[in-house]
Amino acid sequence: MTAEWEIVVGLEVHVELATDTKLFSAAPSRFGDDPNTNVTPVCLGLPGSLPVLNRRAVELAMAVGLALNCEIRPSVFHRKNYFYPDMPKDYQVSQYDQPICSDGWLDVPGGSRVGIERAHLEEDAGKTTHLGGADGRIHGAVGALVDYNRAGTPLLEIVSRPDIGSAAEASAYVEEMRAILLTLGASDARLEEGSMRVDANISVRPAGSGELRTRCEVKNLNSLRSLRSAIDYEARRHIELYQSGEAPVQETRHWSEDGRTHSLRSKEEADDYRYFPEPDLVPLVPDDEWIDQVRAAMPELPASQRARLNECGADPEDAQVIANRGLAPLVLDAVAAGADASRAVTHAVQNLALDGAELLEAAQLASLVQMEISGQLTATQAKTVLGHMCERAPGAGADPSAIAAELGYEAMDSGELEALVDQAIADNPDAWAKFCAGESKVAGVFVGAVMKATRGQADGKAVNQILALRRGT
Amino acid sequence: MNAARAIAADVRTGTRRATDVLEEFLGRIEAHDGDVHAFNAVTAERARATAAAIDAAVDEGRNPGPLAGVPVAFKDNLCTRGVATTCSSRMLEGWQPPYDATVVQTMTAAGAVMIGKTNLDEFAMGSSTEHSAFGPTRNPYDLARVPGGSSGGSAAAVAAGFAPLALGSDTGGSIRQPASLCGIVGIKPTYGRVSRFGLVAFASSFDQIGPFATDVADAALALGVISGHDPADSTSIPAAVPDFEAALERSVEGLRVGVVSELTGSGRNDAAVGGGALGDAAGEVLDGIDADVTERVFEAADALADAGATVGRVSVPAVTYGLTAYYLIALAEASSNLARYDGTRYGLRVEGADVEEMNRMTRRAGFGDEVKARIMLGTFALSAGYYDAYYGKAQRVRMLTRRDFDAAYADFDVLLSPTSPCVAFRFGERADPMTMYRCDTCTIPSNLSGDPAMSVPFGTGAEDLPVGVQVMAPALGEETMLAVAAALERAAPPLPKPQLVEGAAT
Repeated sequence: MTAEWEIVVGLEVHVELATDTKLFSAAPSRFGDDPNTNVTPVCLGLPGSLPVLNRRAVELAMAVGLALNCEIRPSVFHRKNYFYPDMPKDYQVSQYDQPICSDGWLDVPGGSRVGIERAHLEEDAGKTTHLGGADGRIHGAVGALVDYNRAGTPLLEIVSRPDIGSAAEASAYVEEMRAILLTLGASDARLEEGSMRVDANISVRPAGSGELRTRCEVKNLNSLRSLRSAIDYEARRHIELYQSGEAPVQETRHWSEDGRTHSLRSKEEADDYRYFPEPDLVPLVPDDEWIDQVRAAMPELPASQRARLNECGADPEDAQVIANRGLAPLVLDAVAAGADASRAVTHAVQNLALDGAELLEAAQLASLVQMEISGQLTATQAKTVLGHMCERAPGAGADPSAIAAELGYEAMDSGELEALVDQAIADNPDAWAKFCAGESKVAGVFVGAVMKATRGQADGKAVNQILALRRGT
Repeated sequence: MNAARAIAADVRTGTRRATDVLEEFLGRIEAHDGDVHAFNAVTAERARATAAAIDAAVDEGRNPGPLAGVPVAFKDNLCTRGVATTCSSRMLEGWQPPYDATVVQTMTAAGAVMIGKTNLDEFAMGSSTEHSAFGPTRNPYDLARVPGGSSGGSAAAVAAGFAPLALGSDTGGSIRQPASLCGIVGIKPTYGRVSRFGLVAFASSFDQIGPFATDVADAALALGVISGHDPADSTSIPAAVPDFEAALERSVEGLRVGVVSELTGSGRNDAAVGGGALGDAAGEVLDGIDADVTERVFEAADALADAGATVGRVSVPAVTYGLTAYYLIALAEASSNLARYDGTRYGLRVEGADVEEMNRMTRRAGFGDEVKARIMLGTFALSAGYYDAYYGKAQRVRMLTRRDFDAAYADFDVLLSPTSPCVAFRFGERADPMTMYRCDTCTIPSNLSGDPAMSVPFGTGAEDLPVGVQVMAPALGEETMLAVAAALERAAPPLPKPQLVEGAAT
């Protein structure tokens, strides 16, 4: 980036809330079913149908708001009116000038604080597939099919202030947001699958000027990589325009995988959504008691988990990996139960990128670490046992001692190990000579031989100790 | 005796068979609905099956409910499962809802027998039923005149003796005005008293379902059946349902009755009214209210004074802005509520080159002129740059109306006014939209405030046509309102019978 310009980014993050049913109807909020099967008269906008607000969706929205340090305020649903076939009522019910959450912030790991302007509830639309056109796109299509299964799914739109100054910071903001959503169980927050969607409002300004210039909203950012690339591309485009004496036009642009943004359409007139308060719903006024209940039920947030992992000796990077995997409670509870912190952290970072890891019980991890520390299991064995534990979790089936016994892992008799080491020395006289001359790295030859003889079950640390004894150091 | 409660009592005791009752009413429909056109559809076969089931229940010693065997007509904007619900619009011609409106469920559960779906102004937009896509309904008192609207079909059906009870919807007077023009009783309950689930929306913040009946007691019976909290309607009030029929026995002695000055300015020498208690009208008086209609209101006040009520004048200044505020808000909501009729999912579709053209062609063909005009006005009222001046200001008038009514109810238990500014008018007589909209002058204030109001027949006006007096009460004040209406009913001069049907409406 040219030194005299700085990037200004605000992000709108839309997340599908993890409710069983839709925002205003009892239809299942579920994907992958046959088209138009998860629908009720409300989802189809049938005449005479009326919306009823989903309590769980409100609670998830409040929890996210509290996690983002927002104020939870009385809110009102509005109708946003526009015609589109996948909008069953030809209006979207959405919170407009009175959102449920407002004025918060998110501390992005790495230092900066990004203001949260608001987070509001709204309903999703259905899905249109165009027939006959290339790749299901509208151009050249001969017809369209609409699936209303998604119509009415609860969305929370979280709008940041334009406080983000780089592509990397934007990416870190989204990652931290995702960690919070996952920790709260508010959403599965998958960018690639669309349960989390990010739109970026991008502009540039002369460094230090503090002004806000014309922004462009970039959509179709379905990975962190495309988010970063789009910000850098768009910022460069704006700078070039300014430098050539032109200026960007405020518009919506589409990120495409050719590495550029494209103007979606130049609208001859601005949209007029004719917002007005939704008369079929009453204002949503959460009382303190309800807010307190939601707050009390919230799990520990990732930032706090990471701080405690740091205290356990995990470096910031490891702490982030553990928190993002949702394994912080497991590790912290295992340590609290007496597990060696360093081994617990190492396992979580290196050996637990596995399905089922989040189902492990802290006591089971603690007991595995204890077996390892006491020499009952080698590091390699411990990793293997962990793999089996994840497959069998949750429950007693994931007990590490039972699994170790099943696998025939028993701590090797030290006399037996010494005999194997001596055999390895006898088989490799040249290497032994070098080792005795001080070339410590040839120790690998003996360790390897012993490992081969024991099919990997020997404790490498113990072998090294015996070698040192034999050399007399 | 064909009052609903008499039928229900007879059917429950086995004195009459529900099937026989039904055939009697079907016979009258067969003979006369060709002239009246109260019905969009008569559901005779389904009704026969329902009636037979009720008779079977009685035979087995079970109680089919408070409306056992009572034929009931539903306005054709109330969803009926598997039975076409058209809103008298080409747009929904033949559309069969997959569910019953909550009121249809509760009426059916109480033993009522759906006899048919009644005509209305398209999507309930009108005050004469002239705007039905399927042709107008005629007033049983004079077939050359309108029955009022928009629930003209329901009102005419009850007046003509096609059904002892009917349900309608009231957004700006659509139950009370046709009840007044057809010489029957019509109630708009407190907003939220009756579930709107299954009522095809016109203006959601005003729409309220209510009953038509030949007398106050039948109306109270039906109101009790359809009232109550419904979790399917978020604006439904979680309040207990009082015994409305018991309220009819209450004395009006000591009740404070206010005659609304703005709606009754013209008329006879005030000094003689209400035992001399009625002072001069203060404040602005709305014009266009016929003197003989106002005169009936004064007579009604006299009658209540005779029965021991205290009568006085009261000013409710905001009602003079009611019409304007109402049409801005109602049409704004309507423009949004009617957006869904786009040809995509149900109802009429006219194909086009693309989706936008299909939407446009469908709406052009499916909606009548009045509906199109209202959608355009409502769209305009919500448009960027106009919102504050129109919709926003109208909402402030709505708040003022509530405030003014609250002030009036601090001094009075109920308020009186005309229901309609005039008796039934001739077809085409109010073709100018503003003239038609003024039909709702007296009824709209209660829709703005959300308070209950009803029309009860009280004498006749021009051409010996029925006049209705409107009784208004504060929110959830239906019991007092009904007690006053019952007192007026007792004091009212007998109405002539409709020219149409011998023995109807008795």
